Amino acid sequence: MNDAPVTAPPRAAALALGDDALVLSHRLGEWAGHAPVLEEEVALANIALDLLGQARILLSLVGDEDELAYLREERAFRNLQLVEQPNGDFAQTIARQLYFSTYQLFLYRQLAAGDSAFTGLAAKAVKEVAYHQDHAAHWTLRLGDGTAESHERMARACGALWRYTGEMFEPVEGLEVDWRALEDSWRESVAGVLERATLTLPDGPRSGAWRAGAGRQGLHTEPFGPMLAEMQHLHRSHPGASW
Amino acid sequence: METTAEGFEAAFDAAVAADERIEPRDWMPEAYRASLVRQIAQHAHSEIIGMQPEANWISRAPSLRRKAILMAKVQDEAGHGLYLYSAAETLGTGREELLDKLHTGRQKYSSIFNYPTLTWADVGAIGWLVDGAAITNQVPLCRCSYGPYARAMVRICKEESFHQRQGYELLLALSNGTPAQHEMAQDAVNRWWWPSLMMFGPPDDESAHSAQSMAWKIKRHSNDELRQRFVDICVPQAEALGLALPDPDLRWNEERGRHDFGAIDWAEFREVLKGNGPCNEQRITQRRRAHEEGAWVRDAAAAYATKRRAGSVPAEDGVRMMEATA
Repeated sequence: MNDAPVTAPPRAAALALGDDALVLSHRLGEWAGHAPVLEEEVALANIALDLLGQARILLSLVGDEDELAYLREERAFRNLQLVEQPNGDFAQTIARQLYFSTYQLFLYRQLAAGDSAFTGLAAKAVKEVAYHQDHAAHWTLRLGDGTAESHERMARACGALWRYTGEMFEPVEGLEVDWRALEDSWRESVAGVLERATLTLPDGPRSGAWRAGAGRQGLHTEPFGPMLAEMQHLHRSHPGASW
Repeated sequence: METTAEGFEAAFDAAVAADERIEPRDWMPEAYRASLVRQIAQHAHSEIIGMQPEANWISRAPSLRRKAILMAKVQDEAGHGLYLYSAAETLGTGREELLDKLHTGRQKYSSIFNYPTLTWADVGAIGWLVDGAAITNQVPLCRCSYGPYARAMVRICKEESFHQRQGYELLLALSNGTPAQHEMAQDAVNRWWWPSLMMFGPPDDESAHSAQSMAWKIKRHSNDELRQRFVDICVPQAEALGLALPDPDLRWNEERGRHDFGAIDWAEFREVLKGNGPCNEQRITQRRRAHEEGAWVRDAAAAYATKRRAGSVPAEDGVRMMEATA
């Protein structure tokens, strides 16, 4: 038994993990009614709901979930730029899922094995995330090794999102993670899936040439502002109201 | 029983009369099969088109709790579509064929989804009134003579009942909220009340399919009977919500022991049914676009599945593949 008092969760870390889940959940929710096949309406909503559940727990560790989700400005969000990228076609969504769910899987495995304010959450989330990664990997195989068109679309999507993968391994204050090992596991796993899908790991730069910072520092990409405007507008239109 | 056509028909009639379930391998009259396919398909189409007006608010849901509930609800509707297309498949008609009929206007979906969701309160009004009307219609279908449909309906009704409650609870929060929220709730009820009453279909003396469906025990109660039941359920609920139902003629009739209510505008109903509702074009266009834009994805899944079967791609280790469209 470990009777040590649970220390307050580090705010930066809770926001980083919580915002990743919140923002990706929102993006996946945009697929509702637009998915290529009915089974994917169910699957994408399922993943979105898992992520929203994680976000609510994480944000509630450090404040009021709704205040944090609806009343922060763009520059105060700490999510990766990857998760805010628009859905694009189904290949782009799957490439984003593959990169992010693989990252989340190895990150949460480390957190689940550790002893921090995030251990319990990570232990539960890792099971959900394993399904998300499985879903993304299998669609990567189908699209990569399906038709000439799907192969082309999947290759393009993996390439286009590659530049947002570097910041995933920038250490987050308050997370006790072996970032180097995380990166190695991630790279090996993603490369393995891509290879089986007859695709190759992109070799371009993994971050933008503009070095002003990235999502973890509150610097986002243009599509994020409109996304937040839509997400926050109703809540902000009725200050103080309960829903 | 003789194994002649007459013998089969007599056995079918006897099973229906005895309230036994007709199962997919049982003999059934072709008209019974066709009528069920039409009804189940229309129900399945209503579930997937019905995702649109509510999905319209997922990105703007005003709290994370409401967002989670709404996403789960829209997901349930996709799931209902899946069960129902499967139930139709047991009658020999596949999902692709039914979707094609929907996309080309040869099969319909519930007209209620041709009305727009203009404010957040509409999400509540849909749950309370539209899902409430759907439950009133659907609970008797749990006893429908066709087994797979009846069993699908048991599951669907359980989930619909959660949907109805969340809608009611959403409206209650708005009604008890700020004046602007209360007004938003009242406005939504004003717009959704009459179309909800139309969901039960035309009056009994004008309903084209009712009599035969009742005889076959596909349908158990008449349109007007269900509509009356729904009105009687809603009146006390509206009072508890603190919201008015927009019908000056609505009042308790002591003699009948039911509520009297005003005349329904059947001209509007027929116009929306004909395609002239506020959103008919928009709904079907979005559905068609999603299907067309998804064609390359379904083709890829099918091509990959074919390669796997042919052995050119190694089998997956212990992972269930979803051969969605193979």
